[in-house]
Amino acid sequence: MNLAGRCDLKSQISQSRRDLGHPVIEVKAMIRIELPQHLRTLAHVDREITLEVDGPVTQRSVLDALEARYPMLRGTIRDHGTQQRRAFLRFFACEEDLSHESPDSPLPEAVASGKEPLLIIGAIAGG
Amino acid sequence: MSKVRVLAGTRKGAFILTADGKRQNWEVSGPHFAGWELYHLKGSPANPNRIYASQSSGWFGQIIQRSDDGGKSWHQPGTPPGQEPAPGPPKAVSNKFVYDTSAETGHPLTTHQWYDGTQHPWEFKRVWHIEPSLTDPDTVYAGVEDAALFRSTDGGENWHELAGLRGHGTGPKWQPGAGGLCLHTIILDPSNPERIYIAISAAGAFRSDDGGKSWKPINKGLYSKYIPNPTAEVGHCVHHIAMNPLRPGVLFMQKHWDVMRSNDAGDQWTKISGNLPTDFGFVIDVHSHEPETVYVVPIKSDGEHYVMEGKLRVFRSRTGGNEWEPLSKGLPQKDCYVNVLRDAMAVDTLDQCGIYFGTTGGQVYCSADAGDSWNPIVRDLPAVLSVEVQTLA
Repeated sequence: MNLAGRCDLKSQISQSRRDLGHPVIEVKAMIRIELPQHLRTLAHVDREITLEVDGPVTQRSVLDALEARYPMLRGTIRDHGTQQRRAFLRFFACEEDLSHESPDSPLPEAVASGKEPLLIIGAIAGG
Repeated sequence: MSKVRVLAGTRKGAFILTADGKRQNWEVSGPHFAGWELYHLKGSPANPNRIYASQSSGWFGQIIQRSDDGGKSWHQPGTPPGQEPAPGPPKAVSNKFVYDTSAETGHPLTTHQWYDGTQHPWEFKRVWHIEPSLTDPDTVYAGVEDAALFRSTDGGENWHELAGLRGHGTGPKWQPGAGGLCLHTIILDPSNPERIYIAISAAGAFRSDDGGKSWKPINKGLYSKYIPNPTAEVGHCVHHIAMNPLRPGVLFMQKHWDVMRSNDAGDQWTKISGNLPTDFGFVIDVHSHEPETVYVVPIKSDGEHYVMEGKLRVFRSRTGGNEWEPLSKGLPQKDCYVNVLRDAMAVDTLDQCGIYFGTTGGQVYCSADAGDSWNPIVRDLPAVLSVEVQTLA
C-alpha cells in the first residue's frame, strides 16, 4: 500500500452556491469508518458509518468531520487539549497500522475513494 | 411512603437499586453504560431526579452523563430536547475538561511531582467524584485526575476549572498515590455557601472560604511516615473525608493509615483510631442524625487491600472516635477478602438511618438499623467503585 497516495477524487463532487451567488466547486470524498463497540453505542450508530470529507483526506480531516457530525465523540478518540490520538486507540486501513503516521498525511487511496474503511480500533488490553 | 434509591458505580457499568422505606425488597436496574467504568454517580439535592454520572474508559476517556428522570433515561448534557432517545445522535460533548492555564483566570502552573520525584505535566484522565450543588440542579462540581476541581453551571455541558486550587502554590509538591493523582472528595458546607472542602491523594485536604477562588491546605495534625517530612503541609494521602450536615465544622477523615477528626473545619486534626484493629482503610461516613456516630471499614494494610482475617466488618464509634465496635451481623465472617473503596459508603436520611456500602467483590450491603445488622442488596455486580443513596419522599 502506498500510504502517500492521494485520493483520486472520483469521490462525490457537489456544486453549491455561496457568497452572493458565485458558484463554488466543492470536492467531497465519501469515507467509510468503522468504530469500536463503545463508541458506536455512544454515537448511536452501526458498526460502519459513512462521512463526507472536504478536501484532502487525512486522519485529521476525517476525524474533524467525524467529530463535527458526532460531537459526543470529541475527546474520545483524540485528547481535547492536545488533539493527540488517545494512547489505547489505533487507526488501521488496508491491513496497515496508520497510527503513527502524521495526522496530515494523506490516507490510502482506497480509504479516500471509499473502497476500504478506516478502522478505529481499541487496543486489546486488560484481562 | 419514603423510598430510597442507591446509585452504584462499578468497573463495568452503573446500577440503580430502589426500595421502599423498609429497605427489604429491592429492584435492580442496569447495567447502565455497560462495559464502562462508572467512578461515581450522584443526585442533586435540589432536584433528586437530576443525577450526574461519571462514565470513563482507559480507551475512550471521559463522558459525563445526566438523567433528569431519576435514572430511567440518560443523555449527555447539552443534547437538545427531543434529540434523545429519538433517532439520530445526541449533539453533545460534555467531557471537555481542559486545565485553565491562562494568566488572567488561571495559573500557568504546568507540572506536579511524579512518582520518581521529577516534575510532570498535568494530564486529565478522568472524573473521580461529582458533587451537585446543594441548591441549584444545574451547578455541579467535578474532582478529576490529575487533581483539579472543575465546575459546571449549565447542567454538566461545559466545565471550567477552579484554578485557584491547583495554582495556590503547593501544586508542584503534589504527587500521585498508587491510584493516581486524584481529587476524590468534595464537600459543600450547607451552612456557608462559600465554604468547600476537597481532598487529594496524595496531596492532602484543602479548604476554600470564598466559593472556590482561593484555597489553603488544612493538614495540621496529620502524620505520614511515608513522606520525608511526616508533618509536611502537603503530601498526605487522604483517602476520604465525611461530614454530617448537622455539624458542618466537624470533619472525619480516613487517611491512608489513621482515622482522624477535626472540630474546627480542618484547621487542626486529631487521631481517633483508638481500638481499631487496623486504621488503614478507604471509606468513612457519619450517621445522618447522630453526628458523633462514625463508620469505617478497616483494611488489613496498604500492602494487602482486603479486610482482616477473612471477616467483613464495619466498625462504628458512637463517641466520635477512639472507641469502636465491630458490626458483623449478616456480613461474611469467613474467607472474605474484599476491599471497600473510598466513595463506596453512604447513609440515607430516613428516621432509622440506613448505611450502605459496596465491595470490590461486587456486593452492595444495606443496614436499615444503623449498622446493627446487614443484608446484601446484590451479590454479584462487577467491582463496586462508588455508592450513593438518595432518600426520596
